Amino acid sequence: MGSALVVAVLKYGLLALLWVFVLLAFRTIRADFSGKSPAVPTPVASTATKSVKQPKPQRRKGVPRRLVVTEGSLQGTTLTLGDAPVTLGRAHDSTLVLTDDYASNKHARLVPTADGWTLEDLGSTNGTYCDTGRGSAKVTRPTAVPAGSVIRIGKTVLELRS
Amino acid sequence: MTALSLPRTPGRTGRTAELALLVLAVVLAALGYTAVQISVTGSPSGGTFSYALGLGVLYGAAHLAVRRFAPYADPVILPCVGLLNGLGLVMIRRLDLASAESARQQGKVIPRADAPLQMVWTVIGVVAFIALLAVVRDHTRLTRYAYTCAAAGLLLLMLPAVPGVGATINGARLWIRVGPMTVQPSEVAKVLLMVFFAAFLVAKRDVLSLASRRVVGLDLPRARDLGPVLAAWAFSILVLVRENDLGSSLLFFGIFVGMLYIATERTSWLLIGLAMFLGSSFAAYHVFAHVQARVDTWLNPFAYSSGNGYQLVQGFFGMGTGGIFGTGLGEGSPGTVPYAKTDFIVAAIGEELGLVGVMAVLMLFLIVVARGLRAAVGCRDSFGKLLAGGLAFSLALQVFVIVGGVTGLIPLTGVTLPFLSYGGSSVVTNYVLVALLLRVSDAGRRPAPAPVSPAAARAQLADAPTTVVRR
Repeated sequence: MGSALVVAVLKYGLLALLWVFVLLAFRTIRADFSGKSPAVPTPVASTATKSVKQPKPQRRKGVPRRLVVTEGSLQGTTLTLGDAPVTLGRAHDSTLVLTDDYASNKHARLVPTADGWTLEDLGSTNGTYCDTGRGSAKVTRPTAVPAGSVIRIGKTVLELRS
Repeated sequence: MTALSLPRTPGRTGRTAELALLVLAVVLAALGYTAVQISVTGSPSGGTFSYALGLGVLYGAAHLAVRRFAPYADPVILPCVGLLNGLGLVMIRRLDLASAESARQQGKVIPRADAPLQMVWTVIGVVAFIALLAVVRDHTRLTRYAYTCAAAGLLLLMLPAVPGVGATINGARLWIRVGPMTVQPSEVAKVLLMVFFAAFLVAKRDVLSLASRRVVGLDLPRARDLGPVLAAWAFSILVLVRENDLGSSLLFFGIFVGMLYIATERTSWLLIGLAMFLGSSFAAYHVFAHVQARVDTWLNPFAYSSGNGYQLVQGFFGMGTGGIFGTGLGEGSPGTVPYAKTDFIVAAIGEELGLVGVMAVLMLFLIVVARGLRAAVGCRDSFGKLLAGGLAFSLALQVFVIVGGVTGLIPLTGVTLPFLSYGGSSVVTNYVLVALLLRVSDAGRRPAPAPVSPAAARAQLADAPTTVVRR
């Protein structure tokens, strides 16, 4: 029965092709995802001896050269760090004017020092939080911030990158 | 200095992948059509070619419109939708043949074929899709028309209740007569109201999510902030009472609560919504006889198998006959289920394509919904996020409500299965919905303009003439 064979082939072929379509769609999505990831290279310095120890917070971290806003309304903004101090806040004369309801007018300041940058809170209402690799902590006194540190002000998150 | 978001090369837009998937979708639909022709009439007739050509031209036009107007839009949404629509057309065609056959056997007049009409609606839907992409270049502009959308949406919802305009079909008063056709305005109203919800919630979300009292570990909103959710609830009850339409009522309330949750990220809204839903369901069960009948049929369909439960039971039998791989297109008898072309199209697919086919169809919906939510995550502005999230959620809810109803998971409420069911308003509206999703997804995936250094920006600003900034 040629006709029965044709019908059977069509039936299973159709089902198989339906799933091929679904799988191809998933493949497209996967490719899309891998292309989408920001792909921030995390330079794992191979200086330390590959010992059994857990990777402890590296002492020698690079001097940050850029300040990147990673979350909040200014997301995507990049600021190049030069020699001048950087003020953060809602005030219009700040170096980085934050449009964040939870930030104070003069919220915080980044000051260049001999071996890197230092973060200071300027008496803000909601505080400045900083994670230099040992967990997030409220900034109560000038803190040295190596590259890779994450600063949170209100809903804005900034990252120092080398 | 490396740019923050790596500017993607033009090859990464995924348009080529979209085209390839669309071609496959057309091939699949044509194959289905051929299978129906061979099983029912015994030979592949010439209709297959014109059907495939028609679909190809339509989807080709849609694809070119996406290339032109939304080049960075998601590449898999349109092909999935195209395949669903193509399968729907095949299924409707198959059911047309079945009803013509049974009419011939009983010596009755052969009923009008629905597939050509559905094809016309598909054309209108694709035209609407292209028009929306061409006209709405920036989705945030829609916020300006938020209250216009709300007014239009409410009007459309209320229209069927107006005597003289409205038409009652199968006990539900949700159609209006436009010339020779009947249109279901609640479908259009759904999208309009979602645009309004999104704009409204973006404006009010701080109040809704921040002002609260904490009661037993749960952040309860203030009594006066309950206003909008109460209004939505009262409205859906009104629709239920006036128009006898369980499905729309459920969809509207669900969509509003879902969007409220997306906007505020507060579980308490879900709990409040659920409580209101359960309360009103309980009351409706005791007040309305037709609600009670629906629930009783759901709990015990075989007890009513010759009355209210006939449709549901026939659907079960159909899906049972289909089993894992189905009977094959054209080999089963899905025509015995009443309304197989609209509400019960899942049962017809279950019978002829089997569990494997139904799962594939559900996967296609899943992909569209997931990509819609992905568009919401990728979008940069809150209105777009909320709009895409709401649209994707509404699609998921609608599929759940009807597939759950047909398979006996929840009480049956008559809503269409997007893109598959026969119904002009549904097809056109859902194409518009998909166009909005693609618009938002295009905005989210478009590479960010190269960051301008502050000094350069200042230099530009110094040279620039004074202009009026429109906000």
